[in-house]
Formats: sequence, structure tokens, C-alpha cells
Amino acid sequence: MGDIISLGLLETLEALEKKEFSKEELNKAYINRLCDLNLKLNAVLAINYESNGIPAIVKDVFSTKKIETTTGSKILEGYKPVYDASVVERLREQGVSVLGKANCDEFAMGSSGENSAYGPTKNPWNVSKVPGGSSSGSAAATAADMCVFSLGTDTGGSIRQPAALSGVVGLKPSYGRVSRYGVIPLGSSLDCPGPITKIVADARKVLEWISGEDGYDSNVSNKFIITSNKLNDLKGIRIGVPKEYFGKGLDKGVEGEVRKAIAKLEELGAGVVEVTLPHTEYAVAAYYIIMSSEASSNLARFDGIRFGHERDKFGDEATRRILLGTYSLSSGYYDDYYQKAAKVRTLIKLDFEKAFEKCDVIVGPTSPTVAWNIGEKADDPLAMYLSDAYTVPASLAGIPGLSVPCGFVNGLPVGLQVIGKYMDEETILNIGEVYEEATNWRKEKPKL
Amino acid sequence: MNYTPVIGLEIHVVLNTKTKMFCGCSADYFGKKPNTHTCPVCLGLPGALPFTNREALEKCIMTGLALNCKVSENSYFERKNYFYPDLPKGYQISQYRKPICADGYTNLTDGPKIRINRVHIEEDTGKLFHPGAETLIDFNRSGVPLVEIVTEPVFEDVSQVVEFAKKFQQTVRDLGVSNADMEKGELRLEANVSVRKIQNPNDKFQIPDYRIELKNINSFRFMQHAIEYEIKRQAELLDQGVALHKETRGWDEDKKETYPQRQKEEAHDYRYFPEPDLQVIGIRDGDRIRVKMPKLSGQKISDLVEKYGISAGNAWILESQGKVDYFEEIMLDRSVDAIEAVNAIINKRINAELTVEEFKGKLKEAKGGSKVSDEDLEVAVLSVIKHNEKAVGDYKKGKESVLQFLVGQVMRVTKGAARVDKAQQTLLVKLKNG
Repeated sequence: MGDIISLGLLETLEALEKKEFSKEELNKAYINRLCDLNLKLNAVLAINYESNGIPAIVKDVFSTKKIETTTGSKILEGYKPVYDASVVERLREQGVSVLGKANCDEFAMGSSGENSAYGPTKNPWNVSKVPGGSSSGSAAATAADMCVFSLGTDTGGSIRQPAALSGVVGLKPSYGRVSRYGVIPLGSSLDCPGPITKIVADARKVLEWISGEDGYDSNVSNKFIITSNKLNDLKGIRIGVPKEYFGKGLDKGVEGEVRKAIAKLEELGAGVVEVTLPHTEYAVAAYYIIMSSEASSNLARFDGIRFGHERDKFGDEATRRILLGTYSLSSGYYDDYYQKAAKVRTLIKLDFEKAFEKCDVIVGPTSPTVAWNIGEKADDPLAMYLSDAYTVPASLAGIPGLSVPCGFVNGLPVGLQVIGKYMDEETILNIGEVYEEATNWRKEKPKL
Repeated sequence: MNYTPVIGLEIHVVLNTKTKMFCGCSADYFGKKPNTHTCPVCLGLPGALPFTNREALEKCIMTGLALNCKVSENSYFERKNYFYPDLPKGYQISQYRKPICADGYTNLTDGPKIRINRVHIEEDTGKLFHPGAETLIDFNRSGVPLVEIVTEPVFEDVSQVVEFAKKFQQTVRDLGVSNADMEKGELRLEANVSVRKIQNPNDKFQIPDYRIELKNINSFRFMQHAIEYEIKRQAELLDQGVALHKETRGWDEDKKETYPQRQKEEAHDYRYFPEPDLQVIGIRDGDRIRVKMPKLSGQKISDLVEKYGISAGNAWILESQGKVDYFEEIMLDRSVDAIEAVNAIINKRINAELTVEEFKGKLKEAKGGSKVSDEDLEVAVLSVIKHNEKAVGDYKKGKESVLQFLVGQVMRVTKGAARVDKAQQTLLVKLKNG
């Protein structure tokens, strides 16, 4: 029974069906594992010892009825929502239970987990390193087999990047595929709730469960394709490789692993073509202006009157972004900052549309580096922002992105990013699955 | 006085939709137990999202069309950001750069064409109560749909403002989009008042460089008094050489004067930006809504006059009594005389609650012979005079209108069988002699 916790979602569902173990045994195994490791990893905040379904861990930005939801901030310490987020409801309907709330950067603002007001989460592969962020706890918990799967949110890379740094699968769905109702927002036009899982097929399953209109989020559409067409190889698939994702700033070791992965895709039948995304260099700047502006407004409701604590409890990064966002929206600056950034955003979107005339998906590194030491970039917010360079463009364009493990550098995981057309999660999941099954990265687990 | 007023009006109208602007809570908030019509959305709880009420959009469009506005095919919501305890999200979802309706007008009986700048939709705030040292907040009203109407500063006289406001109130009632009851806060008026020196007509028109906003006025009468007072106050100050600046003032009905209110308005930068949680409001086929709209009073009146040859005055009364449909049903019978019918209804000579057939019957009787003999009529008249001392006294003192009442009494006593004109004649004779 020691293997229960290493099973993925589909494997667990199958095992339960075959009565290889009971739900009680399942939850007991995971609760034990969680309690064993959490002091060391600090991946989980609130723990639900009464979990009795398929145990999942959801990022602490998801409203969970009666379970403390802090968004990694002191502002919401002790806050227990009166309602479930739509995606949480959907999961419950499928027999999933919330085993715990994952630690995260405060209000999802961060790329390492170090901005959490409850202490940073550690990378299970090396506990002196960051697991990535802002869905730090979700990625670490999944990598450490503390749950069957987890949910995160991706605004500028916050599912894909921690998945890459922690050696698990992370899917950022298309914006508007999954309801944001009940997800405490960072950037309203950017936030995408999505799965962090042990294998690609699990991500596909969770996506199926959580996709679609719910009558509460006006931006959600049902116009997507779900099929269960498994591909055997990648014949006929055209892979675009953007030259802008292989320039300055990319670690040599990471580049090596990613290029090997692309070669593997070719081996599996895909055609590779070079593409260009000319406005990539402006993406981080445009993103930080738009996201901060939206966040400065979204965080205005935390006035301490109806719920939560007083505003002096905001951490440094949250304060920084509220100031930046308020400034960008101010009279006299709106045109030069917010509006300009919005125009750049359109150009970036058009970059992708043009590139997709030549290819079906775009492939490259998820993160420019592997996991860094805790504390290393904490004093340099700009350096921290640049770690989002390859994930932010897809966020601005609203298109889906998958990160799948593709190797190691010095024992630390590397992620391959597969970016798809709007609402075409199908294709990126197919490619991810074929690649995963043709390699053995999935079998590697951190030594804990 | 060598100054002339420059006045603009800003109106907020509470729509009578079933549910709130962005959530499914009941919009019927007045007098309800506090905080019983709430949900995560209108409480501004973390993670909640707005979802647009279609009925509210349609009612806003109807209001705009009634004011001859152009309807935007692609308008959108924006966030108006500011802190106040009754604003749970810390921003109000409203419209700014692209309102649903803009650039309209309406005509008064006398005066300039009133140009309408915009008619847009937004959500209402909660309500604060200050019992003693505490402040309490009731969120029942938070999120209720409001339509905001802004006129250009084209009013030249207080009477024009009052006429416009009253006409507007009737319009939204006729449209069925609001009860527009000022006491309940369903119709809120704000007047922007300035004065300018009366110029040579050949000089270029100069808009004053300031305006005084008059707020929190909850009756037409108070608004009139406030504007009149303000015009005078401003003229006097300007004559003294005082420079006037943008200010918000309220009306004190007891002291009969305006007084300064909170100053924060001008300093405020609302940092408007398009609401990312909502889609663009795509309106195709605004004409389909025009077809849905009930005919407005003015239009109805002219139609009645043209069709039946009755006077406009009588048509208005018919309308205000809610008897237009009834009248038109009666008139389906071509043998009925329109003028007799309308008179019978509005003067209540025949009970308008009768069925159409019964009414037509009574009309024929009244026209033709009477079922009451002259002696019986005299007895009836004398009886009425005897039992209505006060009324008779009033009539003799000169109150002519009492005659109608006495005629009515005679009709009642004779169970409607007497002829109205004969009853009146007989009464007059007896009253003169008696």
C-alpha cells in the first residue's frame, strides 16, 4: 500500500473502481504523507482531516466554504468563505475532496513562493531551493505526492513555472475556459485556474471536469473541443520554435534539455519550423502594468469592514504592485502606461496568430533557469519578474500553455512548454502525452 | 439682475427590475430588513464576479430612446475606483468613455431644445445609517440597477428644469422602467447651477468656469427653491467681485438656503478603466427594443385627438384616469359618439367600471328618454338638497364645482335613470329658489 500515494488521478480512479483500496485507506495514506512532509516543505496551510473523497490540494486563492482561505496573506488570516469557488464545486461533484489549501505567494504575486506571509514553500527536489510560484504549494505538494493532484492559478506563469521547477505537469488553460468565480483575483483579464498533476492524462481529466460556463463568470465560453483521441505519434504536427525564447538569459543547461526534448518530438514525427514572436521583449513590462492595474483595483475591497484585517497587513510585494497599478491608472498616466500596455498586448496576441499560420503549437523552455536558492532573488524584484519572460506572452494572448517535465540540470527539474491556439488545449495535451509516454521523466520522484 | 442662469441636470433613476444589476438578488430593497437581499457579488466578497442583468440593459436603452439618444453598438462597463464604506468592492461598475446611449434631446413646451449628453447604466451603493456614534451599513441596495441621465447645461430658467424633471418622471413611469418615486429615492436629482453675465447677442457664448452642484434634494419643490436661491446667491457674490469655484451644496428647507457639503469631489481621480470581468455590451437591433416600448403620453394624446376628434385636454384626463383602453374599446362601436363617451367617462356621469356593453347601454339611455318622471325627479332633487346642507351652503357661497357633486347625488338617488342635463337644470332651479 506504500504505492498508493505515487498514483496519479486516473490510476487512483481505476484502483478504486477495482477495489484495490478504499477511499478511507486512500485518504489515510495521503494525510499521513502530508503530515510527514509538511513541516519540511511548508506546502500546505489549512488541512482538512475529514477528507473522504479523491484528495486534492487547492491553492489558497480558491474560496472553499468554511475552510480557511488566506491567499497567502495576513489580510485574510482566519477568513472562512461562505461559498465554494465554481471549480471547487465542480470537483466536489466528481467526488474530489479538498485535502488542504496550498501555500502560495501573497495574492498570487510572485514567482518563487517567497512572498507568502506564512513562510516560503521548499522545493521537494532540494529543500534549499524555491519550488517556483505563485502556485508554490500546489506544485510542491504534487511533486511530493502529498495529494492526487492539485489546482493552481496562472496569471503570468504561476502554474507552468512552478510545475517546471518542481518536475510536475502544469496546465494553464485558455482564458475563458474555466470559471474564475470564487477565485480571489490578481489580474482579472489574465487569471486562469488550472490543474497541476503527476501526468498529462490527469491534467486532461481535471480540465474536462472544470471547463465551461457556470452562469457566474461572464467571460467563460463553452466553445472548446473535448475529445479523447489519443495520438500514437506526432506525425503531421508542426512545432514552432520561437528564436526569441532561446536568446540571452536562458541558462545553458536548461537550453540543452529543451533542445533534446524538441529533437525527441521530431523523432516522434513532428515537423519543426522556426518562428518569430517579435514583441516578446515588451511582454514582461506590458504584463506588469496591466496586472498591477487590475490588482490595485481588485484589492480595494480589502478594507477591513466586512471581513479581513486592516490594510497595513499587506506584504511588500502586494504593496509594491498596488502602488504601481494605481499609478498606471492615474489621470495623466493612464494613456502612457495602462492604455499603451493594452496596445502592446494586442501586438503580442497578433504575434502568436501570425506564428500559428506556420505551426500548430509553439514549443520552448518554460523557465529560463532551474530552481534557485531561497533568498537569492528576494531583494531584486525586477530579476524575479524576468523569470516570467517565456510564460507571460501566452498569458497576455489568453492562449493555453502546458509545462511537462523534460530533464534535469544538477538534479533540478526542467520543464518543456507547449503553447497552443486559443481553446485548443486538446493539441497541446496530445503532444505532451505522446512525449511523456515516449520518455521516462514521469518515473523520477524527489527523494524525501 | 444682469446675470442669466446656466443649469444642467443629472438624474439617477432606480430601475424596477426583478433582480439586481450584476447578481440574482431581489432589487426590491425599500423598507426591507437590512442585509437580507445579499450574496457574495453585491457584498463584494473576495472572488465574486458580476453577471449583467439583461432586463436592466433593455430598460436603459428604452430610457435613452425616449430621449432620442443614439444607442451605441459596442459600449462597455468601466470601474470607477474610490473608497467609501457603502461601496463594497472599492469601485463602482459604471460607464464612462462609451455609455450605452448618448447625444439625445427633448423639447419643452417653451424654451431651448434640451440636449442630453448621456444615458448610461451603473450599480447603486449600499446605504449608511448613523444611529448615534455608530455607522451601520445596509447592503440591500448595493448593486441595484441605476440609469444615469446627464443633460447639457442648456436650461436657462428654473421653470424649464422643473418641467423637464416632471416630464422625465412621467416618461419613465409610462415606459414601465421605474416607479420614480422621489420620496423613496427612486428618482434623484442633482442640479449644476452657474450664472453668466447677460451678453450682447452677438458676443460668443461663454460657459462659466465654475459650477455649483446641488445634491440631496428630494422633491421638485425643494429643487426649485434651491436653484432659485442659488442663482441669487451666486449673482450677489459675483457682483461683490468674489470668484466662484466648483462646489457641492445641499438645500436646507428650514433655513431656506443652500449650504456647502463635502469637498472631496474635485480632488477625486476615479482611475476609470474598462471592466475586465464583463464582456462588451453588443447591441444590434436597437429598433427591436423601440417596438417593445409602450407609447409615451405625448404620442398617445395626439393619436386620440386625431382618431376620435376629442379635445387634447379631455384626452389627457382620460389618460391620467387610465381609461384610454376602455374608451377605445367602447369606440369600436362606430355608432357611439366619441365626445359624449369621453365626457361621460371623465366626468364620471356613467360608472366606468361597468362592462363596455353596460356602459354603451347607459350612454344610450342618457341620450334618449329618461326613465324618471318629472315629479320623481323633483322629489329626488329636493331630497338631495335636504340631505346635503354643507354642499348646498358651499354652492351658495360661490363654489360652482359643488354642482357636479349634487348632480351626481341626484343620479345616485335616481339610480342613474334620470337624464343628467335635466337633473342639473332642476337642481339649479331649486337651489336658486331654495
